[in-house]
Amino acid sequence: MTDPKTHAKVPFNPTTLEALTTRLRIDILQMIFTAQSGHPGSSLSCVDIIAALWFARMDHTPLDSDWVDRDRFILSKGHAAPALYAVLMEAGYIDKAELPTLRAINSKLQGHPASKYLKGVDVSTGSLGQGLSCGVGMALGHRLDHRDARVWVLMGDGELQEGNVWEAVMSAAHHKTSRLTAIVDRNRLQIDGSTESVKALGEVAPKFLAFGWNVLEVDGHDFEALAKAFDQADAWADSSDKPTCIVANTVKGKGVSFMENQAGWHGKAPNQQQFDDAVAEIEARLAQFS
Amino acid sequence: MGAPVQQNDTKTFEADIDLEKPQKAAPRVTYGETLVALGHENPDIVVLDADLACSTQTQFFAEAFPERFFNQGIAEMDLINTAAGLSTVGKIPFVSTFAMFASGKAWEAVRNTIAYSKLNVKIAPTHSGISLGEDGASHQSIEDLALMRVIPDMTVIVPSDSVETEALIRYAAETQGPMYIRLVRPNIPVIHKSSEYKVEAGKIRVEREGSDITIVATGETVYHALLAAKHLSEQHQIEADVLNAVFIKPFDAETLARSAKKTGKVLTVESHSILGGLGGVVAEALGEHQPTPLKRLGVQDKFGQSGTGDALFKEYGIDASAIEATVLAWV
Repeated sequence: MTDPKTHAKVPFNPTTLEALTTRLRIDILQMIFTAQSGHPGSSLSCVDIIAALWFARMDHTPLDSDWVDRDRFILSKGHAAPALYAVLMEAGYIDKAELPTLRAINSKLQGHPASKYLKGVDVSTGSLGQGLSCGVGMALGHRLDHRDARVWVLMGDGELQEGNVWEAVMSAAHHKTSRLTAIVDRNRLQIDGSTESVKALGEVAPKFLAFGWNVLEVDGHDFEALAKAFDQADAWADSSDKPTCIVANTVKGKGVSFMENQAGWHGKAPNQQQFDDAVAEIEARLAQFS
Repeated sequence: MGAPVQQNDTKTFEADIDLEKPQKAAPRVTYGETLVALGHENPDIVVLDADLACSTQTQFFAEAFPERFFNQGIAEMDLINTAAGLSTVGKIPFVSTFAMFASGKAWEAVRNTIAYSKLNVKIAPTHSGISLGEDGASHQSIEDLALMRVIPDMTVIVPSDSVETEALIRYAAETQGPMYIRLVRPNIPVIHKSSEYKVEAGKIRVEREGSDITIVATGETVYHALLAAKHLSEQHQIEADVLNAVFIKPFDAETLARSAKKTGKVLTVESHSILGGLGGVVAEALGEHQPTPLKRLGVQDKFGQSGTGDALFKEYGIDASAIEATVLAWV
C-alpha cells in the first residue's frame, strides 16, 4: 500500500495549490447552483485553508480512512460543507459522481457534514460553536495513546459569538493540548451583516492570547503564508504546551468578484446568469495557470 | 451537595430483600466504584465531569486514574463535545454532571454531535428527578427522559438500585453507541441481589406478577411500586403486576401490552414529569398496541421545589402510599 503519510499530499507549491483551489471553486459553485441552496460566500472564503491542510499538511489517506494515526480535521463552520466536499472529492474520499447530489434527498452530501455518511469526517457539524471542544477531546485521546497526530479545527469568525467556543478555548489551554490548532476564518461577515455590527468581535488574536494560546495572524488566501503558519504551529506543537490559534484574514466569496465581501452571498445560491458569470471569471483565472 | 457521601458498605448485595426494612445504597457511589473497576479492566475508559466529581462520585475514578479523568469545569456544552472528540479516537467516555445540565443545558450538543454522529459516549448524570431535594426546581430534572428519548439513536436507561446500576454501567461500557443512564442522588433501597441480576437489553423487567393491575415504574420508584404492591396484596388481596422499565428507549411495548391485556388497568410512577417520560412512552405504547385505561403518577406538569427527597415524593404523590391510594380508588 502507498505510504499513508504521503499518499494524499502534493509537494508544497503555492502555484499548484492556487490552481487546484481555483478549480475547486468551480466545483463548489456547481454543487450550490445545482442544489439551488447552500453557502457560497462562506465556502469560498475557507477553501484555500482546507485545501492547504488536506493536500499539503495533514497525514491521511483515503485508502485507509480509519487509519488511527491520521491527523484530524473538523469543519466547525459546517455550513462551508461544499468547500470540504470539494476537497474530499479531490482527495478521493468522496466519489465525484456525488457532486450534483448536494442537499438532495438520500445524498451523502448533506447540507452540513454528517459523519455517518462520509469517510474523513469524524463528527457531524453544522450547529456552530461545537467543533473546538471535539478537537480538544481528539487531542486528549491522542495524547493518552502517545500518538503524535495533529488536530486542526476550522471555525468561522461569526462562530466565535458562541459561548461553547470560549469554554473550549479555556479547556484547550488548561489541558495543554499543544497538538491542537484552531484556525479562524476571519472574513468579517455573517448572515446579518459585518461581525462588528452584529456583535463586535474586536481584535480576535489578543483574545486567544489572553486565554493562554499561541497566536498567529495570516492572509488566509496566501499559500506561502499559510504554510509558514502551519510550520510554526507544528513547531509549537512540539516545543510549547499551548494550543495554537491561526487568525486567517480572508475575503468572503473570494474568487467571484460580485460575491466578494458581500454578506448577502453568505447562504444564497446563484441563478443561471450569476453562475455562468462566476464560472467564466474563474475559468479565465484558471487559464493563467496552464 | 452537603455531607460527604459514604462508600457503599458492600460492593455486592446478597442480603434477602425486606421491602419494609430495606438495605440502602447510593447508586452514584456504585457508579463511581464501577467506573474504577472498569478503568482497571479497560484502558480506553475515560471519565469527564463538569466540576461535580465530588457529587457524581466520578472522584473515585479521578483519584485512581488522574490521567484519564478530565474536569471540564462549569461548562456542559464543552463537557459533552469534548467527550464526543475522545470517542472519535477510540476512547469510551463516561460523562457526568447533574441530569438537569447534561440533558438540558447540553441537549443540543448531545443531539447534534453525539447522537447524530452515533458516537460511543455514555452520558451518566446523577441527581435526576425530584429526589435531588433541597436544591429545588432549578436543579431538579423532571424533563430529561423526554428530552433524551426523542433523540434518534439514543438509548435511555434508568437503573432502579445499586445492583442494577453496576450491571447497566458495565453493559454500557461493553455496548457500542450513545447512551443516557439516569442516576439519582439519595441512598435508595436495594431491591435486587447481585448474583441473580442479569441485564436484558431493551426489556422491561417483571419484578412481581399479579392480575388486578399493572404498575409500571422506573428508577427509584420501582421500590415504591413493589412496597405498595406488597401492602395491596397483604391488606386488600389486590395483586399487581410490577414492571420495571429499565429501558425507556428502546421501550419494551410487548411485555407492557401482555401485562395490560391481563390486568386491564395500567398505572405509571416516575420521578419525572408525566409528560414525555415513562407516562408518555407507556401511553404511546398502549395506544398503539393494547389500548387500556391508564393513570400516571409523577410530576403533574409543574415545577418541583425544595424539600427532602422523601417529603417531595409524598408531596408530588409518587411514594408507596400514593400508589396504594390510587390503586385502592381505582381497582
